[in-house]
Amino acid sequence: MARYILRRLGFIALTLWLASMLIFAATQIIPGDIATMILGRFASETAKNNLRVQLGLDRPIVVQYLSWLWGFIRGDWGVSLSSDSAVRDIVFERLRNSAILAFCAFIIYVPLGIILGLIAGLRRNSWVDSTLSVGSLAFIGLPEFVSGIILIYIFALQLHWLPSQSSVDYSLGFWPNMPMLVLPAITISLTSLAYILRMQRSSTVEVLEMDYVRTANLKGLSARQVLFGHVLRNALLPTVTVVALGIGWLIGGLIVTETVFSYPGLGRLLLFGIQRRDLPLIQAVAMIIVIIVGLANLGADILYAYLNPRIAYK
Amino acid sequence: MAAEVNKQPVLEVEDLDIVYDTEHGPLDAVRKASFAIHEHESFGLVGESGSGKSTLAMGAIRYLAANGRIAGGSVRLNGKELADVPRHEMRHLWGSQIGVVYQSPLSALNPSYRIGRQIAEVAQLHMGMDKAKSSARAIEMLTKVAMPDPESVMRRYPHQLSGGMLQRCVIAMALMTNPSLLIMDEPTTALDVTTQAVVLDLVWGLKQQFDSAILYITHDLGVVAKICDRIGVLYAGEFMEQGDLRQIFHTPIHPYMLNLLGCVPHFDLGQAKRSLVCIPGFIPRIDELPDGCIFAERCEWAEEACTVERPPFVHTKDDHYTACRRWEIVPPVDEHVFAATSELAQRGGGEDEAHLVEATDVRKIFRTPSTGLLGRGERHDIHAVDGMTLWISHGRTLGIVGESGSGKTTVARTIIGLEEATSGEIKLHDEVLATSLSKRPRSVLKEIQMVFQNPDASLNPHTSVGEAIGRPVRLLTDASGAEIQARVLELLDAVQLPSNYYYRMPGELSGGEKQRVAIARAFAADPELILCDEPISSLDVSVQGALMNLLMTLQAEKGTSFLFISHDLSAVQHLSDWISVVYLGHMMEWGDATKVLTPPFHPYTEALLSAVPVADPDAKQANIRLEGSVPSAMDIPPGCRFHPRCPRCLGDICRTEEPPWREDGGDHWIYCHIPLEELREMEAGTLELATERGGAE
Repeated sequence: MARYILRRLGFIALTLWLASMLIFAATQIIPGDIATMILGRFASETAKNNLRVQLGLDRPIVVQYLSWLWGFIRGDWGVSLSSDSAVRDIVFERLRNSAILAFCAFIIYVPLGIILGLIAGLRRNSWVDSTLSVGSLAFIGLPEFVSGIILIYIFALQLHWLPSQSSVDYSLGFWPNMPMLVLPAITISLTSLAYILRMQRSSTVEVLEMDYVRTANLKGLSARQVLFGHVLRNALLPTVTVVALGIGWLIGGLIVTETVFSYPGLGRLLLFGIQRRDLPLIQAVAMIIVIIVGLANLGADILYAYLNPRIAYK
Repeated sequence: MAAEVNKQPVLEVEDLDIVYDTEHGPLDAVRKASFAIHEHESFGLVGESGSGKSTLAMGAIRYLAANGRIAGGSVRLNGKELADVPRHEMRHLWGSQIGVVYQSPLSALNPSYRIGRQIAEVAQLHMGMDKAKSSARAIEMLTKVAMPDPESVMRRYPHQLSGGMLQRCVIAMALMTNPSLLIMDEPTTALDVTTQAVVLDLVWGLKQQFDSAILYITHDLGVVAKICDRIGVLYAGEFMEQGDLRQIFHTPIHPYMLNLLGCVPHFDLGQAKRSLVCIPGFIPRIDELPDGCIFAERCEWAEEACTVERPPFVHTKDDHYTACRRWEIVPPVDEHVFAATSELAQRGGGEDEAHLVEATDVRKIFRTPSTGLLGRGERHDIHAVDGMTLWISHGRTLGIVGESGSGKTTVARTIIGLEEATSGEIKLHDEVLATSLSKRPRSVLKEIQMVFQNPDASLNPHTSVGEAIGRPVRLLTDASGAEIQARVLELLDAVQLPSNYYYRMPGELSGGEKQRVAIARAFAADPELILCDEPISSLDVSVQGALMNLLMTLQAEKGTSFLFISHDLSAVQHLSDWISVVYLGHMMEWGDATKVLTPPFHPYTEALLSAVPVADPDAKQANIRLEGSVPSAMDIPPGCRFHPRCPRCLGDICRTEEPPWREDGGDHWIYCHIPLEELREMEAGTLELATERGGAE
């Protein structure tokens, strides 16, 4: 197992290296000149050239890439071009904010999706099942900027229960900011909830038809013992994978949702960086996202292996 | 059994009606079923698919699908009426009074939990034991089912054990509470024949050791004959005949049972290949049953009066019941089954006959995918076929018999070119063939065709029967459009399907009909060799018989050669001129069919013959059982590859040196260290069954 995890970490490092090249290449082909962006359109050519030398932009691409990569590994992520502060500090603060929001969403949609999926699966073809299935399908099709705006309209503008903007300030602690987290967390949850619900429903239906469930019933176990003792663990297996793969989705959802609610998170930071051509910022945020997705997948595989003894790692 | 007649039966089912509520109204799956089982007795519920045997058994213990219900009659377990017991009370009986063993042990156990926990759970639930006590009880039970090293098995997961071991675990689990009723639903169907024999021995022993009454469900007449005291024959939801096992097998008094016995190939080993007595037509649909006898349509003794009203299930003599009005005129088995068969051909295929196909030292190695980073990890070689040399003569059948993992399918696939042989040579008409299918010319493709095991998978569901059969005609011959159609109709006729099947889709056909279409398609381009890979294994007994007749008739007419692959030794001996016995990618014995199945034997052949279930309760078979299971083809044992399981292993020589091929006449070879003379003497015991059967003719 330890060897397996080490090997998988090796794979993540490899993925990161490939991703770093792609990210670096992508930031090179973003149109627009950085010096012009920073100094303004009317700056003199000499000033721009000086700035380029200062930023190291006159060096060959490969050298620029290697020095950036080495810096990133050492924890020196450079200085933001748009705000003059260290990229690492900005990214970590925003990462924490996003993590809080993602966590709030996560504890809503994962348990809820699993429970609703189980109910739909156990009551297959009943009205409960059809309502949940149709309802979840509707949410899968609804993008965050639509569902977010609908929620804002109802709960903020009409009912005045919750704020429409989520300009949180965690220096005040978590609870004062709680009301501002509710709507964005629900917005993010809706899409992912639907995926998990549908996955959990179909795996429950599948497991219920397995011979070992018949065995469990004919052992004389009660319906509850059969469900929690024999069905649940097997029916959770496919869902675990979906939850982990969903973390990639979650980040996509974060970018949109944070923008809709003006939430100061990683997603909005990335968008901001792109708008300002803030290369060090974009690069760092993109790398962080790749690391998160890689680790989430590893976590899912380890959990899957723990739950499923048929997976043997060599 | 006489002593037990006075005692109260453990399970008593009376006039039981089981109904499924469907969209099209109620479906009477089982009608007026009555039977009883006593302590220490095993009752065989025999029937083909759709006969309602599982529905009856599961219905009797109230475990039915949500739309199933008991519509009438009564079920008593130790005198207690079950038909109206509330469900939560039934749950107390399940697992404590009623134990169940299932067809596929791997899927019957939860893959996520250790064996020990799953077995011990029963004791915790019903016997109020704590963890430690229930584990001790589980180990005790595993020991009783002859499980080697039960402590370590307790800690294993289901996927880590072989099928035979798993079935022992399931049996141990079912017996934990010493239940009064043990239901065994096809418990050996998913196992290899040598493992099946071991499990059947175990069940036989447990029957004496435990007080349970056993309800044994199976479609296999050979298994029934080995394990049951009394049997009931079900057909389309009704009992046709019931009574003492020997009586039914020797003097059946219902035409259905009589004909079922006719469908099973017997070990006659005569020089002639004979047809089987088969049942025409199909099992009627449960929703379209006639008013009269439900078997009348397929019965050669049916008369007008049989079709008027449903005959009652009557007691005739001793312990023998029948649903036939005319049971007194049903002829004896010997007369009907063994005498009425017709000779189709003489066995042959000796050295003097020209070889159509010759395979020399064929090997097929599969490589496992790599596991390491960037594909640099270890790869393993799987020696699926490890040096086989064989030939097939013109118009003859070579039967290849072996258990799963023996490489029998792979060797066929290398001959037709679906797998490229790793080394070795395959010749057709003395011409060496390209190993790859894509490099073989059309003229070669035309000559070799194949029939696969599962007709559902081998027929395209969106292609009509006519198109499916016409395709090889169009692709492999130069026939024109009208000629193709004429040829297809001719083939449909040859496989005994009506011409209006031309436009049918595979979904509208039964399993047997689909396989007939597949056979017609194989014959379409008029090939010289047809490879039949377990073509009848997934089908019902009566359909198997009919298809074997069809294959033999077509062979006699067209002079086609067959390579017939099966794990079923009785089917192989019935159809084959020559037989090759394979084990772990290598032939153990091969030659003329009669010689392979009479001494001298290879020890493996001997074990197979001793394990094969024969549909005759009085067959005397040697009691040779193989330990363990077939080793992995990744790690073939050195010396003789059979030595780890061989009951006659000589010692070091078998473990280190590859055995010689010993020649017995010009048409029989045995791959063994033991000299022929000794092989001849040691194994005479196995033959008794064959001579007895021969005497019956």
